[in-house]
Amino acid sequence: MCDQTFLAITFGPCDNCSQNKPLMNIYLKNEPINYCSLCVELMACQGLAKGETTNTLKAESESLKAKLEEERAKLHDVELHQVAEKIEALGQFVMKTRRTLKGHGNKVLCMDWCRDKRRIVSSSQDGKVIVWDAYTTNKEHAVTMPCTWVMACAYAPSGCAVACGGLDNKCSVYPLSLDKNENLAAKKKSVAMHTNYLSSCSFTNSDMQILTSSGDGTCALWDVESGQLLQSFHGHSADVLSLHLAPSETGNTFVSGGCDKKANVWDMRSGQNVQSFETHESDINSVKYYPSGDAFATGSDDATCRLYDLRADREVAIYSRDSIIFGASSVDFSLSGRLLFAGYNDYSINVWDVLKGTRVAILFGHENRVSTVRVSPDGTAFCSGSWDNTLRIWA
Amino acid sequence: MSSKMQSSNNIAQARRTVQQLRIEANIERIKVSKASADLMNYCSEHAKYDPLLMGIPASENPFKDKKPCTIL
Repeated sequence: MCDQTFLAITFGPCDNCSQNKPLMNIYLKNEPINYCSLCVELMACQGLAKGETTNTLKAESESLKAKLEEERAKLHDVELHQVAEKIEALGQFVMKTRRTLKGHGNKVLCMDWCRDKRRIVSSSQDGKVIVWDAYTTNKEHAVTMPCTWVMACAYAPSGCAVACGGLDNKCSVYPLSLDKNENLAAKKKSVAMHTNYLSSCSFTNSDMQILTSSGDGTCALWDVESGQLLQSFHGHSADVLSLHLAPSETGNTFVSGGCDKKANVWDMRSGQNVQSFETHESDINSVKYYPSGDAFATGSDDATCRLYDLRADREVAIYSRDSIIFGASSVDFSLSGRLLFAGYNDYSINVWDVLKGTRVAILFGHENRVSTVRVSPDGTAFCSGSWDNTLRIWA
Repeated sequence: MSSKMQSSNNIAQARRTVQQLRIEANIERIKVSKASADLMNYCSEHAKYDPLLMGIPASENPFKDKKPCTIL
């Protein structure tokens, strides 16, 4: 179902039988080839001749899964919070709302900080995308998208453009101009095309490439200038809700989380799924890398947030309490990685001690679900967006 | 024809799953104790640069309201 996104509708000579037919673009040993559907079928049936039935394949996948669990368990010698017992506990945290950004007419769904640490872009259900100055709470730009439910927005690294998308199944880039009177919608550039809603988007280290995730179960890397698809990432069996790029300058991996309860780590160059984690009990709404890039946190509808270490290849911490029964919609780390801010559907924001696994603060203020939480690039504050139509800056 | 496509899709899918699992089973892993120690080290090294953790004075935080100056 999800793999039908990129079934290319090309027509031409098949690489195998040389007949002119509708072709399927597939990869054999990482080489792209074009086979007609008959040849694909024959190729799949060849496997049968070698004694591979669905049963033997299923049996092998079960035994591989068991072996994976065994390997992971061998290295599970201690828990993270046990190792963290020797560090000092954190003191009392006093965080208050310092700014409230009002102006959206409907639920705020997503926000992103600019690298200049003061501008914010936010998008909402009514189709409006607004660029704010967080210090003064002034609105600098406003764009109305042609669709509602703009679920994804991102600021370009240069600060000169924003990308957004949602129910229109596309990701569009708007260059921001200094001229207040200029109509931003006129300069809009459609970059990504999916076959279902856009759930998340992010620029890579430059303004030139965008990574998107979609309800069609795939993630994709696009070139902004030409709109060309550079790489696609298949592996989720349901909607992909969130993605995050690895923090390092040279890093070319990213993590994605979706409704299939899995969090997958991908290599951006090869499109390969390098690691997969499936311990959540419900949809994963948000994924964020730990600042060192060696781990990542997830927030899920099962009311827990979890920390997965990439080198140990397993879940190393769970952040939950019996009193928390609503799903976590968004998570983000503080600059050092010691604190995890998580926004929940019960209108609150919980602050967790990442190493000890305990909750250090709970912040109230929003009057509806918290949909997005992001720490500013210099770590001085974090911003939360909510279904109560406002954004709040906390410090 | 359609049932054949379905079964070949199932086989293709099962084969992909097995392939994926083989890749995942072969990656190098380290012990949780070492991974945890590294996470802790990163935290302690960067803790002093973390304004939300350490708390910075209101004068340096652009979001916190500064106390009004009194001119004596």
